[in-house]
Amino acid sequence: MTLLDVRDLHVTYGTGAAAVPAVRGVDLTLAAGQKLGLAGESGCGKSTLALALLRLLPRPARVRGEILLDGEDVLTMSWGRLRAVRWAGASIVFQGAMHSLNAVHRVRDQIAEPILLHRLETSQAAARRRAEGLLEQVGLPAARGGAYPHELSGGQRQRVMIAMALACDPRLVVADEPTTALDVMIQAQILRLIERLVAEHGIGLLMISHDLAVLSDTCDRLAVMYAGRIVEEGPAQRVFTAAEHPYSGALAAAFPTVGRAADRRAPQGLPGDPPDPARLPGGCTFHPRCPVALETCAADEPRLREAGPGRRAACVHVDSVKEAR
Amino acid sequence: MSGESAEKPGTTSKGAKDAKPRTPAGGRAEPGADGGALAGPLLDADGLRVVFPGRHGAPAARAVDGVNLSIGAGEIVALVGESGCGKTTLARALLGLVRPTAGAVSFRGAPLSYGSRALRAYRRRVQLVLQDPSGSLNPRHTVYDAVAEGLRIHGSPGDERAAVASALSRAGLRPPERFFLRYPHELSGGQRQRVVIAGALVLDPQLIVADEPVASLDASVRGEILALLLRLRDQLGLSALVVTHDLGLAWNIADRVAVMYLGRIVEAGPVEQVLTAPRHPYTKALLSVLPESGTEPVVLTGEPPDPARIPGGCRFHARCQHLASGAAASAGVAAACRGTDLPVLPGTGTGVACHLTASRAATPAT
Repeated sequence: MTLLDVRDLHVTYGTGAAAVPAVRGVDLTLAAGQKLGLAGESGCGKSTLALALLRLLPRPARVRGEILLDGEDVLTMSWGRLRAVRWAGASIVFQGAMHSLNAVHRVRDQIAEPILLHRLETSQAAARRRAEGLLEQVGLPAARGGAYPHELSGGQRQRVMIAMALACDPRLVVADEPTTALDVMIQAQILRLIERLVAEHGIGLLMISHDLAVLSDTCDRLAVMYAGRIVEEGPAQRVFTAAEHPYSGALAAAFPTVGRAADRRAPQGLPGDPPDPARLPGGCTFHPRCPVALETCAADEPRLREAGPGRRAACVHVDSVKEAR
Repeated sequence: MSGESAEKPGTTSKGAKDAKPRTPAGGRAEPGADGGALAGPLLDADGLRVVFPGRHGAPAARAVDGVNLSIGAGEIVALVGESGCGKTTLARALLGLVRPTAGAVSFRGAPLSYGSRALRAYRRRVQLVLQDPSGSLNPRHTVYDAVAEGLRIHGSPGDERAAVASALSRAGLRPPERFFLRYPHELSGGQRQRVVIAGALVLDPQLIVADEPVASLDASVRGEILALLLRLRDQLGLSALVVTHDLGLAWNIADRVAVMYLGRIVEAGPVEQVLTAPRHPYTKALLSVLPESGTEPVVLTGEPPDPARIPGGCRFHARCQHLASGAAASAGVAAACRGTDLPVLPGTGTGVACHLTASRAATPAT
């Protein structure tokens, strides 16, 4: 059975005329031990999707569809069951560790909190010992557990967040921009750590980022999101190096490869801005920025379709590309 | 564009040397060609040190610990390093926002004087572009006010409206009139960054210092802003110092790159040379952890030490992969790595501050 199976997920903020569709029909599957990267820019709905997976969205958000975690629908679970699933079934590493940690508690106690809540340990002392063991797993000395978040560097705080996410042995970890605010070397350390832990614990990882290069380096599969929909999905390296959807191609080109002559003195961007979810363009939502748009693109929004082995893309050009080969 | 000629009366302030016509659009400006004969670099830091005193008896932090750096006319230099390496302090010292503890900053050959009138005149010539456009724009000022603010502070005579329009269109916001009355919250991230750049351009600077100009922007917008910086250099001869931790950005737009570690520049040179054939172990490590690097990643453990406790000898030795692997010892330089400080690199040309590289260069047979 797949670990995570998201079917036709819709998330809408607000109601009536003011309704803003943030996620518009997303299908995703993730097996245990697999790493799936979800790429997209701000406002594309990727963080909304992450929060929806554990029903963490605020009340004005309406969620429709199915989120099957080990075959059980998160959206129809009782509150008691949901509390059990959060942390133990699936946990989230949020972006911005500074704001996600409690500034007035020692980090060891923050890691111990879910352990006690889920009765994995019954005494404070045992839960703290377990928390210190987790800190060592993520490469921090156990003695650092006595520190407050402001006494740690950005990389160390991110390690604490990861230790916390692992506290209850979850089957699924969702990492939302886990390395965005970090320096390249610290980012490399954190990515190696995540890779190691995922392999050791057989966790399913959903990693969300705007950085397609980092995702393709870390993940097995990649899904690219634009304006609330997945526009391309496939094996990570293939999507990064030979995108089928023009948006994935532009996103990949935005991260230059040092040493490649084509990128030298030639920064590549995409004219225009990501669309406002409240005012989505008609037809294919990407057509106003698309370098290869046809007249029909303004009218019809293409569905995801087969684009080679294990690949799908939502673009009218996909078929013609295949025929030409 | 009509705005260009209308703005000129405002720029005749400091001596005949500065009263130059703007390089016409189209065609790359020759380095050194604008502003008459400029033999040396446009902006030069010589033996620059910035030391912040420690509080409550703590040791002083040597944020910038001996830096030579030159930026030529029409040149784009990338200053690369991790957070805490002193790159932002160095940029602030170059702008005259921090007074150096030792060493000097000179602009067009003349040392910077720190009187308020002199600094104000200097800042017409050298403008800062800040990192986060959402934080550096006043949410209650319109785009017009944000861009015109510099003109008003400097009391520039001439047609303000034309100058603002010209700056906006040079920053890629066209037609400029459409943006005059917009507020920052009505703009996208990329447009806001263009407004910040227009605010710098309106004073007709010769150099801009951009601190992480695209770090807070979306990936697809990033390339557009970088292309704008390149175009401004090609069309107006505008020099730039770009402070960043992103080596890809340096590869995208810079002519020269300087890699900074713990207050010093440890390797500098033309981008092609430094980024494709790095010679300092720190540069090598930074490049190796990039996605798609094609080499075995060298993930340095730990974090850069505190600038208040800079290690003796080579400041990188505690994290150096060559010292750890024994390569430095077999080349006979391990003692020097731990005990002998390295000379400060020159501000121009190429250089690398590494005992091992120096020993290999001396005996090319190994």
